[in-house]
Amino acid sequence: MTVTTPTLEQAVFPAVDPLATAIADAEGWPETSPAPDDLVPTKTKELVIVNWSGDLDKVWPVLILSSTAAASGVRCRVFVTFWGLLPFVKDEKRIVGENWMQKMLTLMQRPGIDHLKLSKMNFMGMGPWMMGTLRKQYNVASPRELLEAATAMGVEFIPCQMTMDMFGLKREDLIDEMGEPAGAATAIEIMTEADASLFI
Amino acid sequence: MTLQITQMLDARGLSCPMPIVKTAQAIKTMPSGGLIEVLATDPGSVKDFAAWSRTTGNELVEQTTDDGVFRFVLRRK
Repeated sequence: MTVTTPTLEQAVFPAVDPLATAIADAEGWPETSPAPDDLVPTKTKELVIVNWSGDLDKVWPVLILSSTAAASGVRCRVFVTFWGLLPFVKDEKRIVGENWMQKMLTLMQRPGIDHLKLSKMNFMGMGPWMMGTLRKQYNVASPRELLEAATAMGVEFIPCQMTMDMFGLKREDLIDEMGEPAGAATAIEIMTEADASLFI
Repeated sequence: MTLQITQMLDARGLSCPMPIVKTAQAIKTMPSGGLIEVLATDPGSVKDFAAWSRTTGNELVEQTTDDGVFRFVLRRK
């Protein structure tokens, strides 16, 4: 270890000028520095939702929370995976997929935001129909309206690449507002960096 | 002192979260310091507008209730 002793010059002319320090310490000189609060940049709050379910009663709250987050100035990203991807298929698509098994999947579960089923009490579409009637009666925004509001306000929807491959979904099968497909590592990264993350 | 309200938003009849979503969209078009008056009938909006004001920093200047209609005056940050 080397010990540096100040040279004569450093001892006579120290880097910190005591006169300058005395002037600076005097009240009102130099200008008063801003309050520490102004110096610390406030980080935008972030919310990440994993939209796993394609059910009406789960996609709906995902869209309510994500659009409200965006409305509250919270950056919101939704990782869309497994059954959750089917509501984000374009309206005009009825049967998607490349092989017969993938086609069967969308034959049994019609894709698109207007064709969601209830996780319970679906009763061959009777449940969603009643839910839709109640929704109109109480003037509640539909999943479609909420999806439009969410994308307009900058909510990012990230489709899961693996699900797309497995379901035989191409990028053009999904709505244009969807972001770039990504994988689990991206989901983990954004979830761990966010202030809150939800799996719905 | 009378408030110089520059924008009005009628969110009467709308359910959660639309009064907030529409307010957020409307306030975006306003200059900083501008005042917006929002009318809503959703009882949940009383708590929601207070929470939204805290989250976004847009000040809730005034809040009144008249015959089931909630009136909020907010100042853009």
